Amino acid sequence: MSLEKLNDVIAILNEYDNNPSKLIPILQKVQQQYNYLPQDAMTFVANSLGIAPSKVYGVATFFSHFSTVPKGRHIIKICDGTACHVKKSEGIINAAKKRLGLTDEKHTSNDFMFTLECVSCLGACGIAPVAVVDDEVHPQMTPEKMTALIDAVCAKEKANA
Amino acid sequence: MTSKGFVSIEGKQVAIENEKNLLELIRKAGIEIPTFCYHSELSVYGACRLCLADIEGMGIQASCSIEPKDGMKVKVHTPQIREIRRTNIELLLASGHHNCTTCVKTGYCTLQDVARKLGVKELRFKEADTRKARNTHSHSIVRDPDKCILCGDCIRMCSEVQGIGVIDFAGRGSKTEVLPTFGKDLADVECVNCGQCVRICPTGALSSKSEVSQIWADIWSPSKKVAVQIAPAVRVALGEMYNLPAGENATGQIATALRMIGFDYVYDTSYSADLTIFEEATEFLQRFEKGEKLPLFTSCCPAWVKHAEHCYSDLLENISTCKSPQQMMASAIKASYVKEGGKREDISVVSVMPCTAKKYEAKRPEFSVNGDSDVSNVLTTMELARMIDEKGIKFSELEPGAFDMPFGFKTGAGVIFGTAGGVTEAVIRYIMGIVVPSADYKPVCKVLHEDASLKELELEVNGKKVRIAAVNGLKNAKKLIEDIKTGKKQYDFIEVMACPNGCVGGAGQPVTNSSQNAAKRREGLYGIDGQQQLHKPQDNHYITKLYDALQSEIGGHKAHELFHTHYHNRKRVNISPRSEEGKVHVNVCFGSTCVRHGAKDLVRQIRQYAQSKNINAQIDVSPSFCYEKCTKAPVVRINDVEIEKADIEKIDIVLTKELTKAAQ
Amino acid sequence: MPKTDLGAIKNAYDKNYKNITKKIIVCAGTGCVSSGSLKIFEAFKKGLEERKIHVSLQISEGCREVYLTKSGCQGFCQQGPLLSIGDIFYTKVKESDVEELIEKTVLKDEPVERLLYKNPADGKKYAKSGDIPFYKKQTRFLLRDCGRINPGDINEYISRGGYFSAAKACNEMTPEEICKAISDSGLRGRGGGGFPTGRKWDLTRQSKGDKKYVICNGDEGDPGAFMDRSVMEGDPHAVLEGMIIAARAIGADEGYIYVRMEYPLAVERVRFAIKQAEEAGILGCGIFGSGHNFKINVMEGAGAFVCGEETALIASVEGERGMPRPKPPFPAQSGLFGKPTVINNVETLANIGKVMAIGAAEFRKMGTAASPGTKTFALTGHVCNSGLVEVPFGSTIHQIVNEIAGGTANDKGEADLNAFKAVQIGGPSGGCLTKEHMDLPLDFDSLKSVGAMVGSGGLVVMNDKTCMVNIAKFFMGFTQNESCGKCVSCREGTKQMLNMLNDISEGKATIKTLDLLDGLANVVKVSSLCGLGKSAPNPVLSTIKYFKDEYLAHIKDKTCPTNNCKALAKYIIDAVKCKGCTACKRVCPAGAISGEVRQAHKIDASKCIKCGACASACKFGAVSVGG
Repeated sequence: MSLEKLNDVIAILNEYDNNPSKLIPILQKVQQQYNYLPQDAMTFVANSLGIAPSKVYGVATFFSHFSTVPKGRHIIKICDGTACHVKKSEGIINAAKKRLGLTDEKHTSNDFMFTLECVSCLGACGIAPVAVVDDEVHPQMTPEKMTALIDAVCAKEKANA
Repeated sequence: MTSKGFVSIEGKQVAIENEKNLLELIRKAGIEIPTFCYHSELSVYGACRLCLADIEGMGIQASCSIEPKDGMKVKVHTPQIREIRRTNIELLLASGHHNCTTCVKTGYCTLQDVARKLGVKELRFKEADTRKARNTHSHSIVRDPDKCILCGDCIRMCSEVQGIGVIDFAGRGSKTEVLPTFGKDLADVECVNCGQCVRICPTGALSSKSEVSQIWADIWSPSKKVAVQIAPAVRVALGEMYNLPAGENATGQIATALRMIGFDYVYDTSYSADLTIFEEATEFLQRFEKGEKLPLFTSCCPAWVKHAEHCYSDLLENISTCKSPQQMMASAIKASYVKEGGKREDISVVSVMPCTAKKYEAKRPEFSVNGDSDVSNVLTTMELARMIDEKGIKFSELEPGAFDMPFGFKTGAGVIFGTAGGVTEAVIRYIMGIVVPSADYKPVCKVLHEDASLKELELEVNGKKVRIAAVNGLKNAKKLIEDIKTGKKQYDFIEVMACPNGCVGGAGQPVTNSSQNAAKRREGLYGIDGQQQLHKPQDNHYITKLYDALQSEIGGHKAHELFHTHYHNRKRVNISPRSEEGKVHVNVCFGSTCVRHGAKDLVRQIRQYAQSKNINAQIDVSPSFCYEKCTKAPVVRINDVEIEKADIEKIDIVLTKELTKAAQ
Repeated sequence: MPKTDLGAIKNAYDKNYKNITKKIIVCAGTGCVSSGSLKIFEAFKKGLEERKIHVSLQISEGCREVYLTKSGCQGFCQQGPLLSIGDIFYTKVKESDVEELIEKTVLKDEPVERLLYKNPADGKKYAKSGDIPFYKKQTRFLLRDCGRINPGDINEYISRGGYFSAAKACNEMTPEEICKAISDSGLRGRGGGGFPTGRKWDLTRQSKGDKKYVICNGDEGDPGAFMDRSVMEGDPHAVLEGMIIAARAIGADEGYIYVRMEYPLAVERVRFAIKQAEEAGILGCGIFGSGHNFKINVMEGAGAFVCGEETALIASVEGERGMPRPKPPFPAQSGLFGKPTVINNVETLANIGKVMAIGAAEFRKMGTAASPGTKTFALTGHVCNSGLVEVPFGSTIHQIVNEIAGGTANDKGEADLNAFKAVQIGGPSGGCLTKEHMDLPLDFDSLKSVGAMVGSGGLVVMNDKTCMVNIAKFFMGFTQNESCGKCVSCREGTKQMLNMLNDISEGKATIKTLDLLDGLANVVKVSSLCGLGKSAPNPVLSTIKYFKDEYLAHIKDKTCPTNNCKALAKYIIDAVKCKGCTACKRVCPAGAISGEVRQAHKIDASKCIKCGACASACKFGAVSVGG
């Protein structure tokens, strides 16, 4: 764990007065720093809050927002809530999986460029089916639109490389 | 006691007294209602959905979570409840791989017992098709997640009673698992091997690691002599496996059984318990006189020792350097065997312990010579019963036998080691015996406080007051240590036993639903003490003879070599060191003690300091592994210079010097 | 803290508002933002400024000419982006339309015809939102201001009468009086259970505690529900006002708003509203000049549906895994950090200020005797107009689906009244209503009696192409995944129910499976620890109850009547349409197709793996999927 990031973790802990009841917001901010929750960081948080590291791990694995493995640079969320489901979100999910070479167990592409998350409802049911790429909501999706979106992000990455 | 009303349970009026919940009241009414997750010593969890009761006006509820109220009408066996219970058991059986016939817990398994009582004969549900990895690296405990029913008893035991928390739930929904920290093996986390989780686990998911096969192999090996020692607490508990009441003294039968099994020498750990007092009390008196490294903590409990190594590196020098009785016995046996011309590796020592942590202790590298462990294998009380049964010995029909000499001789002091506060009392008997040679063995001291988990005593030695505490249960120990650190409490001598009630409540003892058993075993031990002719450790003349044979004084050189040990800091390491060439390295210890003493703030100050002096490019500030100098926290190392109790002024001086050096 | 003079703020606002000649409201709810409404907002600003027209983004001293503002969700999400200029309401606006809108509507008051809402049923166009059936047939009590006001301007909220109830509660009423006022109104919790809010408050008020908490439950996790999101985004001060009144009623000085992390915009709006309220002396110490203090913290959920259950929510605020705890003790006795706690849902709290303002008698004029007031529903699925609607309790499915939402949509998205099959109400905890329930007055009790529940208010309309086994499987998959894993009944029971539903949809089930499924569902319903588990079997039980034939078709005939279940699909080649081009034969990975060139091909059902490759390869539409 590098010092730069450690300093950030310390700042986060101080922001919450090293209060163990603030574990979830603390982990949320730590995850923002690292894009996932490394064991070192979780152990450090546990030590600082005076709680068992197993408890931090327990919380980190309970909530779907937390990840204990590194995520891709771009996060694709596809909604599979009821409204999206009845409007065939499954096809969109499959298209994204196929395009990125992912499976039910494998959520992050080999090059760590994309992580695909199926979420249960983004509350944007009126414009179902919905996908979110890097916090930008895309309404009324189709499998073709999904593939095109991924292609566009790839093209951008290439241009910037 | 005045009644707080009545509850009608299956038509019978039952008076409410101080029952915490309806479940306890139902049990009082004589109905054994099934449950996995309710234990009076743990918090109410409400997850197994078996202790159901149909309460008029409230419907079906888990009785563990309901407060009994006057006028309640309760049924505990209805068609619907029966169906739910059977379904839930079937669901649990289908969720894992229970393999009852080959399970180590068979016969003592609550899941098996409840399934049998409810008459579950078929599984209508799809059975799990995947297997989960077992944890087998721990010397003490085997964890088999395929048998886990996720009742959480182990988790609550570990955190609520022991205050450690090395296991917790991970994941969610049907992917929920009980896992050691970060999913590691139990051997690789801060588990102290106390095995209380094993004791409370209702299935075979947590069990003690059996060494029975190796022991048979040693017994049958023609070139080997095998000595066995039995711990004090075993003799008052093993009988429970053979329908004797808890606390009944079965020492004689155990000696006979051990010989029938094929052990060559049958010894009594109470002997080395006496020996421990010689060394430990002497060590204490020396420290007390000098007033250094106090309070002295006892070291007989290996779970406590490992816990201290993990969490109290700043207290390690306060722990008595004496080996535990198990290890002293093995050292003495091996040394005597060699002295009489035998070869060290030709004799192996087996111990029968009420404990799972003793298995780990026996495997500590400090307790072996050239790879030959002083104690080869450890049996728990229950595993000894397995060997007795395997050999076909009818335990209840045995004639009592006696221990072999010299290591079978003991005083009552060595016997009471097996219960919480026993070590303390033995030490007091020893010290009183020195101070007032004619004194009665019963300790004459002021009891300042006494409850189930903590006893505080005051003793006068040569006009000076000795403040003593005996605490059991690691969570209670933790609180005591916090009180010491904050200055709220002061002691000179502290006995710590990891398990509630001490060794009689150890995890190797027969599994029982009755919380009364530990108390009965304790009474049993005091009963045996009463029957002994000698009660003070120093009256054990076989020990005096041992010192003569070793040509050592108590606490002398040879005694130190054989009977003392040292400890390691096992503090969590969470920072990987990082360095850049050509810079002055400023490493701040980030062990948890240093963090508590402001290491984090120190890093910030150093960074500000570097900023203000414009030396950011010349120095490399990084957190570091624990330097194990916890008493001097916070510790900073600048290149090779170590700064103890560091502050920014001290750092300024050293850093300026080192920067000048680097510039040259 | 000096007394906050709400009346003065309102008067100043009203006075300044008179200087405005035109008001443009751009919807900035999640739906419209994702369709580009923020770009439209910027385009208006730029376009107006280029024409040297003064643009005021806030009503304040010196504002004049055009007032350009963003609102929260207006509810008509499918037609977004939405905007209104004066009285004229536009749908599906694009950035490129802005120039024309400025030229015509802003400058000349002329409508731009092509952007007006056109009713799909009769092709009629509407210029005013109030005339559109979608809005006209609603009773917007709670949502009165949602989508009409700027959620980022506390003064606008005050100008609509906001915070007057809270000020009265703090300065003129005793806690007993507040509890009584709410009890008298008959307001019931909108989060699902329908527990009387006044009674909940009164119980917490009576609990002894040195510290008490108010928690606003904004963990709206039901897939297909977004009422709470809309309220938090569109009218956040209404939620704060409800919390202030609740705090005064029970004697709390601290509160939490727990918002799903999937709702970033709601988090932002609520945080901003809290900041404004603190600056105005409405939150903090000595609020409204009274002796009472109240502080609100925002906590973002970390992704767990079960945290909508109150004890699980409390556990996660305390930094624990979100696992429900046994009740009793109830939060009213021992809640957050062991202190008496009131937990109310967003919609419930947003009702409070308005209920107090109009009084119990007036409130009871809406809805039914046992379920007074209105309820918002998130209307989604196969309907012509999905979105957020508010109706009085006692309204019927017919009124909501056919009159407000313009009817069921068929697979092509066209209005088709006959396509209606069922409505799923209450999400994964709820059940299905069918044609026979079209005229059932919806309220807490009537829904319970037919095996459904109001839940948080998600209404998913399903047309006749929907497989009900698949729907049951979908919900079971959801609850199974979201079960906290604590109690045996829910953790293992939902897993096994899902197994059985999978078997049914794959044709592996027997009639015994259905009996076992039904039996297990009833066990889980009774014996689970928390509400999530207790209600998890509802979708299964209600689909079995109303669509048993469909289950039997899957089980006995091994067919899926709606052709949704892939494993049961039977691919057939129409011998007449088949030209014998061999395309299908070549792509079939299983070698299941036989036939010579220029002769009709055949599929061997025993070899077919139902991948559908043949159907996509056929250029003549000869391959079809039969049930």
